[in-house]
Amino acid sequence: MIPLSSYLIVSAILFAIGTAGVFLRRNLIVILLSIEIMLNAVNLSFVAFGRSLGNVDGQIIVFFVMTVAAAEAAVGLAIVIGLFRHRESLNPEAFTTLKW
Amino acid sequence: MFNSSFDAVVPMLCVVLAALASMGAEAFRAKDEEMPIGGLGIVGLAGAGISSGLLWNRNAASFGVLVADNFALFVTLTLVIVGILTIMFSSQVLRRDQLPKGEYYALLLFSLVGMIMMAMANDLLIVFIALETLSLSVYVLTGIRRDDPKATEAAFKYFLLGAFSSAFFLYGIAFTYGLTGTTRLDQVGAYLAAQSMSDNPLILVALGLLLVGFAFKISAVPFHMWTPDAYEGAPAIVSGFMSTGVKAAAFAAFARVFLSSFEPFSADWAPIVWILAALTMILGTVVGVAQSNLKRMLAYSSIAHGGYLLVGLVAANQVGKAAILFYLLAYAVTNLAAFGVIALLSSREKETDELRDFAGLWHTHPALAALMTVCLLSLGGLPPTVGFIGKWYIFSAAVSAGYYGLAVIGVLTSVISVFFYLRVVVMMYMADRDASAPVPSQVTGLGMVALAASIVAIIYLGILPTPVLDLAAESIATIF
Repeated sequence: MIPLSSYLIVSAILFAIGTAGVFLRRNLIVILLSIEIMLNAVNLSFVAFGRSLGNVDGQIIVFFVMTVAAAEAAVGLAIVIGLFRHRESLNPEAFTTLKW
Repeated sequence: MFNSSFDAVVPMLCVVLAALASMGAEAFRAKDEEMPIGGLGIVGLAGAGISSGLLWNRNAASFGVLVADNFALFVTLTLVIVGILTIMFSSQVLRRDQLPKGEYYALLLFSLVGMIMMAMANDLLIVFIALETLSLSVYVLTGIRRDDPKATEAAFKYFLLGAFSSAFFLYGIAFTYGLTGTTRLDQVGAYLAAQSMSDNPLILVALGLLLVGFAFKISAVPFHMWTPDAYEGAPAIVSGFMSTGVKAAAFAAFARVFLSSFEPFSADWAPIVWILAALTMILGTVVGVAQSNLKRMLAYSSIAHGGYLLVGLVAANQVGKAAILFYLLAYAVTNLAAFGVIALLSSREKETDELRDFAGLWHTHPALAALMTVCLLSLGGLPPTVGFIGKWYIFSAAVSAGYYGLAVIGVLTSVISVFFYLRVVVMMYMADRDASAPVPSQVTGLGMVALAASIVAIIYLGILPTPVLDLAAESIATIF
């Protein structure tokens, strides 16, 4: 049997990949995908914890998180389309009207 | 009993029904038919307010995950006030800017549902879902003026950092669940109090991740980057709504999670929150001085006010906890009125949000200039306004808990902040009007009523705060 720690390490690596993607990628769609990776990394932790604790809460929580992630993706993509209409670009560097 | 388990959700249900009704009204509305959709919202919110009043002292709980204790009800009442004032300000703004009424009110009400749920949540998963409910609606509200590139950009920045921070928050929930086997806040608290887990580094990871998630939502430094951009880009009334409502809801959940469940670890988190509070107060004030855009200045002021609230959280004594609740209410009324003035003065073509737009406002709009002055004095914490009482209680809580450093930083930053609030007042009364500048809009109807009500509340609570303070103290006494 694969120990809990292996799952947690994979989940932590995925989360780190997602975080790095948000900071490093230069395309709004890929940045959105990176956030989805972060959420799914957390889902993996929930399932692994639920399994090792022997209760199903962890797996039920994942359903909620997936629903929330879907809603978030919908709103996010809608906003990206709105942005694209104004600038015809998906590069975050094009959006610097607002700064201090 | 089955029926009684619905008690605690009644305030939320009222707002949900109003939101659904406004969606339905918009869908079945004939073209060009005027419908009082905002009125529906006010009815729903009034229902929520009345049911919260009836639930007072009953400690109702629904399904184990939502509790309507007095703490939650006090925050709910604050949110109801925020919602009603926002709707009253909005009616004129929506008509002028030709924004989609049905969508606007539905989103506003759904985000209020999320906020109320967040105040009542007794389960980390519910906190997360409430957080997303309110955030998703507010992201869309930020960008509701789709023809304005600034608004869309603000919405995207807000969305990106909000979604990013909720991933951290969720990861924190996952660790808490893994360590304690539950997401119920009371059970987490009991488990953590019973076990000595201070040697387990994972609990500190969980604590840190949850703290990052909350810090983003309350825009504490160094997680504040989205705040000025979002507040400047959004329509002024939406900025007012999110600076008050989102903050109240986030602080309610923050206080509940950290002061009850993670109380046993206060020795670990208090120093971190101390640093966050100090940085937030200093940066919010210092950068605020340099702003020439009023909405951006109020955004930094909102960051600084978040810092004052964090002081109450660090102090964590009875006075401090009551002060948080009182301050949230005080700040909500004051800040919403200030943003309301900006929103009502703006025209469809241009928001009146630059400092120079306010030059000589005294000559064209004497009443509004006076109202704005009261709001700014209250934000700066000058007597006899409610802002002064709020700050007084926060700092006295810090002193009585022995956090002299924080109290000194707080008082000093308040003094500096008075400079940039007074700069607007000087602009309004002393500067001459730029003859070429367009004359700001006239304010009529509900907007004026809402402004008058806010001013009465600011002055009244500034002179006779005791009943509300007692109420705040009473509502935290039952839970922490």
